[in-house]
Amino acid sequence: MSRLRLTAALAGVLLGFLLGSCSSAPRPARAALKPDKERPAAPDFTLKDANGKAVRLSDFRGQVVLLDFWATWCDPCAEEIPWFMDLQRKEKDHGLTVLGVSMDDDGWNSVKPFVAKIGINYRVLMGNDETAQLYGGVDALPTTFLIDRQGRIAAVHIGVADRRDIDEGVEKLLAAPQQGGRVTRMEKQPDRAGRIVLAALAPGAN
Amino acid sequence: MTVGVLPKVVGKRNAAVQAKIPCTVREGFHVNSDKPAEDYLIPLKITWTQTGALQPQPATFPAPQFQKYEFSQKPLSVFTGAFDVTANFKVAANAPAGQGIATGRLSYQACNNTACFAPKSIQISIPYRIE
Repeated sequence: MSRLRLTAALAGVLLGFLLGSCSSAPRPARAALKPDKERPAAPDFTLKDANGKAVRLSDFRGQVVLLDFWATWCDPCAEEIPWFMDLQRKEKDHGLTVLGVSMDDDGWNSVKPFVAKIGINYRVLMGNDETAQLYGGVDALPTTFLIDRQGRIAAVHIGVADRRDIDEGVEKLLAAPQQGGRVTRMEKQPDRAGRIVLAALAPGAN
Repeated sequence: MTVGVLPKVVGKRNAAVQAKIPCTVREGFHVNSDKPAEDYLIPLKITWTQTGALQPQPATFPAPQFQKYEFSQKPLSVFTGAFDVTANFKVAANAPAGQGIATGRLSYQACNNTACFAPKSIQISIPYRIE
């Protein structure tokens, strides 16, 4: 399958996932986590952070990722950002990574001062149309994806989410069984290159 | 947001002329007013690209509504439903008699009660005749 067709297929799967998560009600219905078998793979992307460093989504495989598409001109996005900062603070040592993907057209000129003003404590990346298309277009902001440790999209929240949904979703994903075992805790250990990484431990492993 | 039919402007040299731009925001949505509550919000704005014999003056916007939304800490300055923006011009002193078209774009940023949408622009063309 060509790269273009693969991308189109992924976009189709995600669009279906998004539509399935949408509600016609003014506030989105509470979105439970999708069952394991219904979770599509989160498309990988590489975007730059404020320091110009390339960040790849797949670098966070093994962690739960809260992926938030937002913009500085989006007031509902600003409502959620403090929640995500709380989560980052409370859960980063338990395997959560929050990534904010800005969709501001004028790039870091608007985003850097905003990030500094709010004191955002998680990584913010500069988004682009290509990445947005991978995730179904992301026409409405905020759009937040909860990605499980296997790199699959477990939930999508379009518009301001119910904070309980986000908190509960993250909590469940952090506590969810890993492939082949139950995650009981996370432990820091060096990888082959000597870097410190988070490793999930199955029952009985030490 | 949509913009309705724009009427032809007719004026004499040195005269002040106006054109009403009828705007409609879909029910359940709002656009930021020309003076949003926060400096990071994107205002409703007209930018002229070509005005010919017409000299653009500051546009006149209706009084905004101050509405509180679930996501906002304080009321936001917005436009909803149907409203008119008035484009103001002065006809140049040396304007030749005849017809022309002033063109520009009306830029806006819309939200509903839970989400916001990327900023957009609508092309506007105002036909005019100088007598």
